[in-house]
Amino acid sequence: MSLETIDQLLRTHPFFKDLDPGYLELVAGCGKNMVFETGDYLCREGDPADLFFIVRRGRVAIEVHLPARGSLVIDTAGEADVVGASWLFPPYRWQFDARALEPVGVVALDGACLRDKCEEDTRLGYQLMKRFAEILVERLESARLRLIDLYGGGRAG
Amino acid sequence: MVPLRYRVSWKRRETADTYTFALDPVDGAPMAYRPGQFNMLYAFGVGEVPISISGDPAAGPLIHTVRSVGAVSRALCGLREGDVVGVRGPFGSDWQVEAAAGNDLVVVAGGIGLAPLRPAIYRIMAERSRFGQVAVLIGARSPKDLIFQREIGSWRSHLDMEVEVTVDHAGPDWHGHVGVVTELIPPVAFRPEEATAFICGPEVMIRFAARALLDRGIPRDRVRVSMERNMKCAIGHCGHCQFGPDFVCMAGPVFPYQRVERLMSIREV
Repeated sequence: MSLETIDQLLRTHPFFKDLDPGYLELVAGCGKNMVFETGDYLCREGDPADLFFIVRRGRVAIEVHLPARGSLVIDTAGEADVVGASWLFPPYRWQFDARALEPVGVVALDGACLRDKCEEDTRLGYQLMKRFAEILVERLESARLRLIDLYGGGRAG
Repeated sequence: MVPLRYRVSWKRRETADTYTFALDPVDGAPMAYRPGQFNMLYAFGVGEVPISISGDPAAGPLIHTVRSVGAVSRALCGLREGDVVGVRGPFGSDWQVEAAAGNDLVVVAGGIGLAPLRPAIYRIMAERSRFGQVAVLIGARSPKDLIFQREIGSWRSHLDMEVEVTVDHAGPDWHGHVGVVTELIPPVAFRPEEATAFICGPEVMIRFAARALLDRGIPRDRVRVSMERNMKCAIGHCGHCQFGPDFVCMAGPVFPYQRVERLMSIREV
């Protein structure tokens, strides 16, 4: 797939809605297409986090490994979702595993490259940070709802 | 209102604490009911609790799905084939599936809340051509807490109905969605201005699901919710289930959301 196609894909993606065309071109320049087979890991906890992913197709499990219990899936990401925010903050290491539950196609964006560009151009940094803040707030709300045991209650039937 | 005797004709385990069982009348004719209504089930010598009907109103025996959360529901879950229970009902309002004809339908269920919605889903499937797009969105704590698992699998095979399931967390063998049920609402396909929604689950789930549906643009008067309150007599005499100006056993359990929305935000109610 060409650079132009990644650029077009990002233009229509809700995450990049209303981002200046010049910035879109710059972000697209940091992107590449990647494919993962079922069971492949997009990233592993503790590894350097220099990428984030825009899922184009397939489903990804976000997992944490529990000693003596194995892996627990704590979230999933599907088409059009964004995977990975660890590239934004020191120590730039993945906090969780991400595993392909089926064949997955993504645009992988080079976070290390974008970090430098965001430092140089704080307006771009602010635009990206706003978008990631929205995703992080959504995930925080999801985590909080699960903390309160949404389906618990006392109903017998 | 004297309980009628019903005999358990079969029983199936749904999850670690939830069972579905079929009841045949010992004395009288089979019960007629509407989707969303409930019965008072009497475990002899223990007590009586309100339980929604989870079967198909048009076919088969009377079916209930019960989660063990207290002394009476624990006794009901302990029933065996051939045992007899007392049944009063049916009581309360219904989903008004007929009124949704011509509309798209979004059904949102959480945990045991799928049980009161299943009769509505049966009716929608039986008269599928009368509705537009149909989406059934189901949430549970984990895959092992999901009721009606085999049936959900068969619903998913219907190409004219979108069925999505999410769980709060799962083991690595789960290939479905993980997250809260409200996350399923934004991406699902329906025409908000021509849609009707049914929601059933714990009250906090209803609140967040209704908010997500309203955000999508569904009119308030087309969202119906099934409320759970402390129903005791089921005929509006005891007052245990009072919810603002209503008794849930009489005016509910299924309400238009706009009627209960404000009350749900009042902590003292």
